[in-house]
Amino acid sequence: MSPRDLVQRLRSRFGELVSEPVEFRGELTVTLANAERIVEVCEFAKASLGFEMLLDLSSVDNLGEDPRWTLVYELYSLAQRVHLRLKTSVSEERSELPTVSGVWRTADWHEREIYDMMGIRFRGHPDLRRILMWEGYPYFPLRKDFPLAGKPTELPDVAFTQPAPLEGGPFVTRPGGKDTIEREPRVRTPED
Amino acid sequence: MKQNTVLGYDSKIEGDLVVSRLDAVINWFRKHSIWPMPMGLACCAIELMGTGASRFDISRFGMEVMRFSPRQSDVMIVAGTVTYKMALVVKRLYEQMAEPKWVIAMGACASTGGMYRSYAVLQGVDRILPVDLYVAGCPPRPEALLDALLKLQAKVSREPVVSAWKRVAEPTRA
Repeated sequence: MSPRDLVQRLRSRFGELVSEPVEFRGELTVTLANAERIVEVCEFAKASLGFEMLLDLSSVDNLGEDPRWTLVYELYSLAQRVHLRLKTSVSEERSELPTVSGVWRTADWHEREIYDMMGIRFRGHPDLRRILMWEGYPYFPLRKDFPLAGKPTELPDVAFTQPAPLEGGPFVTRPGGKDTIEREPRVRTPED
Repeated sequence: MKQNTVLGYDSKIEGDLVVSRLDAVINWFRKHSIWPMPMGLACCAIELMGTGASRFDISRFGMEVMRFSPRQSDVMIVAGTVTYKMALVVKRLYEQMAEPKWVIAMGACASTGGMYRSYAVLQGVDRILPVDLYVAGCPPRPEALLDALLKLQAKVSREPVVSAWKRVAEPTRA
């Protein structure tokens, strides 16, 4: 079955909840209108469409826009060799959606990572703890409003952090620049 | 005096005796059996393993006894990126090592944080430990680490031992 047929089956089952597929470089992306229904869509995709593998689950911070969070689910069917990308949005006030760790067990740690880095909570998750930073670290460091250098924290006997010296950085590369000076990593302010 | 007189130890005169300074003897013991503690935290640890393997052969210098127990080691080779999550663990392991003890910061990350100007990475292990030697490189070649170990031997052989004991025994009056 082609990816488009699978998306059509998803759409005929869920109707307006699932958007028209957007194709980019041969990859199909559909958007889910309501994040609260992610579990039933994922269950259907796994049981009836053969997407037995969740390759990745990641989050995007659209700072300054509403809704702020976008969740991206990368689905893969080993038997049919078909990829499908599923996107859904969550507002900053809510910052919560149901877990899909009951559908694919691999979602367990992916969701913990998103919780750790972005602060989005997953309702019904079996063990929603931080996975990279330690329990008690007060910030969510992958949010766009978190400074690259970090913030000072102190948790006695566990860990501490200090802001890193950036020396005028961050150093930004510009791919496709006409010479090395333009391409190499340098301090760049928005004016130059 | 004849020109070809051999000075120094002569067993016919002195018997089975060698005269030396106690400092020199103790440091000679110490520097030829430095037991490293491999604190492998990132890719530098791969080069550290290469240093220990047959091609580079760290045992030429009496340092092949890598110990994963801090209580049996003399030098902690911090090989890799020290994250804040790991920092206090590294410090605790260092504190568990018996005196005398030394620290080598291997590679850019352990020395300065390297390319990680980040919320998660300690900007150099010298912020929590007294580092004796820094090894440049990302990661350093095994030859560079061996050079550091030889420099550490040189440093150990210069260290005062007996006078340090005296300082402990007779604390100076303030």
